[in-house]
Amino acid sequence: MTNELIDFTLVSVAMLAIGIYGLAVKRNFIRMLFAVEIIINAANLNLVAFGRFLPHAGGQTMALFSIAIAAAEVAVGLSLIIVAYRMYQNVDIADFRSLKG
Amino acid sequence: MADAAFLALTVITIGSAIAALEMRSLIYGSIALMGTLGGIAGFFFLLDAPFVALFQLAVYVGSIAVLILFTVMLVKRELIFKMIEDRRRKFAGIGLMLIIMVSLGAVFLDSGIKTITTDELAVDFRDIGKNFVTYYWPALILMGLVLAGSVTGALVLARREDVEDDQRTN
Repeated sequence: MTNELIDFTLVSVAMLAIGIYGLAVKRNFIRMLFAVEIIINAANLNLVAFGRFLPHAGGQTMALFSIAIAAAEVAVGLSLIIVAYRMYQNVDIADFRSLKG
Repeated sequence: MADAAFLALTVITIGSAIAALEMRSLIYGSIALMGTLGGIAGFFFLLDAPFVALFQLAVYVGSIAVLILFTVMLVKRELIFKMIEDRRRKFAGIGLMLIIMVSLGAVFLDSGIKTITTDELAVDFRDIGKNFVTYYWPALILMGLVLAGSVTGALVLARREDVEDDQRTN
C-alpha cells in the first residue's frame, strides 16, 4: 500500500480536534450534533485503518457496529432537538439548561 | 508516502468538516457534513474496505445526512442563518483545537505507528460476515434491540401530545 497507517491516523486526529472545537465553541444544538458526527467518523477511520494494517477483520466489524449505533444516536438526538425546539422555539443550548419543560 | 487520491480526500474531508461547523447557513452546513461523510467513505475504499464504505454511504450519506437536513428545515428561518457563539470562546476553541492537533499528532509521529506498513492482502468481507454470526452474535442481537428501542424512543419523543387523533387523520 502506498499510504501508511500514520497518514490515516493524522487525518483522524485532525478530525477529532475539529469536532472538539465544534463541541466547545458552538451553542447551536444541531451544530453540536455535527461535531459529534465528525468525532465518531474519526474513530471509525482509525478502526478501519488499524484493521487494515494489522490485518484483522475485527476493525471493520467494530466500525460497522459503530456506524449502526451512531444511526440510533442521531435518531434520538434529532428527536430531542425537535422536542426542545417545540418547547423553547430556539436551538440555543443555553436555553435548555432547565429541563423542566 | 501518501498518493494523490489520499491528499484529495484529505482536503475534501477536513475542508468540509470545517465548513459544516463554520458556514452561516445550517442547510449548507449539513450539505458540507455530507461531504465529510462521503470523504470518510472514500478513505474506506482506499483502505480496501469496500463493504464498510458502502455501508457508510448508505447509512450516513443516504439516511443520517438527509434526516439532519429535514430537521434543519423544521427550524425557523432566522435560526437557520443565526450564528450563536461567543468571540472570546471561539479563539479559546481554536487554541484548544491546535493544542490537540499538535500534541496528539506529535505523540503519534513519535510512536511506533510510523513504522507500520503492510504488504499483506486485505481482509475478505466474508470474514466480517463470519465474525458477525459466530463470535459477535450476542452483540449483533443487542444492536438490533438498541436500534429498535432508539427508533421507538425517537418516535415517542417527537410525538405531539397536543394534537388529537382525529386531527391527525385530517
